[in-house]
Amino acid sequence: MPLLEVKNLTVEFQTASGPFRAVDGVSLKVDEGEVLAIVGESGSGKSVSMLAAMGLLPWTAKVTADVLTFNGRDMQAMSDSDRRKIIGKDIAMIFQEPIASLNPCFTVGFQIEEVLRVHTDLGRKARRDRAIELFQSVGIPTPEERLGHFPHQMSGGQCQRVMIATALACNPKLLIADEPTTALDVTIQKQILDLLMKLQAEYGMGLIIITHDMGVVAETADRVIVQYKGRQIESADVLSLFENPKSVYTKALLSALPENAVGGRLPTITEKLTDAEIFAGALR
Amino acid sequence: MTPVLEARNLKRDYHIPGGLFKPAKTVHAVKGVSFNVEEGKTLAIVGESGCGKSTVARMVTMIDPITEGEMLIDGRKVDIASEPLTSEMRSKVQIVFQNPYGSLNPRKKIGDILTEPLVINTKIPAGERRDRAMAILKKVGLEEKHYGRYPHMFSGGQRQRVAIARALMLNPRLLVLDEPVSALDLSVQAQVLNLLADLQDEFHLTYVFISHDLSVVRHIADDVMVMYFGEAVEYGSRDQVFEDPQHAYTKTLFAATPRVDVDAIRARIERRKRAA
Repeated sequence: MPLLEVKNLTVEFQTASGPFRAVDGVSLKVDEGEVLAIVGESGSGKSVSMLAAMGLLPWTAKVTADVLTFNGRDMQAMSDSDRRKIIGKDIAMIFQEPIASLNPCFTVGFQIEEVLRVHTDLGRKARRDRAIELFQSVGIPTPEERLGHFPHQMSGGQCQRVMIATALACNPKLLIADEPTTALDVTIQKQILDLLMKLQAEYGMGLIIITHDMGVVAETADRVIVQYKGRQIESADVLSLFENPKSVYTKALLSALPENAVGGRLPTITEKLTDAEIFAGALR
Repeated sequence: MTPVLEARNLKRDYHIPGGLFKPAKTVHAVKGVSFNVEEGKTLAIVGESGCGKSTVARMVTMIDPITEGEMLIDGRKVDIASEPLTSEMRSKVQIVFQNPYGSLNPRKKIGDILTEPLVINTKIPAGERRDRAMAILKKVGLEEKHYGRYPHMFSGGQRQRVAIARALMLNPRLLVLDEPVSALDLSVQAQVLNLLADLQDEFHLTYVFISHDLSVVRHIADDVMVMYFGEAVEYGSRDQVFEDPQHAYTKTLFAATPRVDVDAIRARIERRKRAA
């Protein structure tokens, strides 16, 4: 049984000029201990589809899906309070901007202990011990002292570590990382990715990494889904995607990498590709 | 031939005034860097956040005065701390910022954004200003119809084109590009990099290209300078730096850069299988 199963997920937003379809017929499966990367440019619906699966979109969004199950339980039929028991505990999420996703008014210690207070029945002392242990596992030096710090006192990389520690607080079965390293330097990016992969192997979690960076995909993923304008273009394991991309869009995307440039100019095939050509091979 | 930009032992300190309980502090943001950029060449400055690369950009663009050292632009010594900046010098160096969503005034039309540098620095009449803006718009791959539109009506890549167009309005010799493509998608990034290469060929522009993305640097740069905590730890031609990095930090930087070739992926999957 897959950990998360989504079939034919569609998300529509009501706008002044009629409904806008941000996600169109997306299907995916994640097993325990598997790393799935969802790649796409901005506006490809990669974040929205995950937010929809977690039920975090505002009421203006219309979410429909044939199947939307987590661990065998139907997420659509579930009441809001039941869903809140799963989200943050069994499914955790890390967002792109580490500094913006922490509350500036509270210490990081308060914020990580809050998750434990809501989702577990640990006492005050036990929560603090667990927070220290989590900070140690994500490599934050002097955790006892750091617990009393506010987000603005920490660097971006340290804040992202706090976010990861918070997400891992209740030993989630599935971790969704939405552009976890986009705001960080390459050296810090490497540290965070290594940390994520190490923890993923340790806890045996399912991991979904949402990114637009082919480098991150190459360094982390087992399987890859390529999205464009809300639709899935290609789904393959990581090696065959890089070795032998099937769709024209993936080929164009890979050839636009500066590493693959031949001569002085970068091929910009995506400029010339029409939507019809890109969608010709789309998965449905 | 005199280089377009010559910097000798540039230093920049920021003084942070103390408060009631806090002593005053001096931050040495840049601790003496030297470099030359010849006409039509690209110098890339690489480093992590806080290493002083943007401070160098601010000094070169004559936004921040130099604390110590010398800077020569087109063989002429520049020191904005002691003498006021002339509009002639101002038009020699222009800058393109990282985030095109923040660097364009949302309340102004594209036409006004483009003509503003001319209004401030020259006495060119309105009709000609408009003609020049139209010409530049086409040069950067936009159309005349975009002249009357507002920034929010454009995508990120198009906005960055507008920002580049604005920088070119004064016919600069030197363009400082502060992470111009790091906020853009991959395919859009390729388009903007190509545009920059084309403009460099056409106008013999000299670039100071600031970035933390080594794959982009390798693609665009002639010379590379690696900065670490305000110091230049490595400086040389692109091939020299990439083939044979000397400093430990440069090596760390290269090791941290994700590799997208098939062999690297295969090796990683092997490692993962063995660990499991």
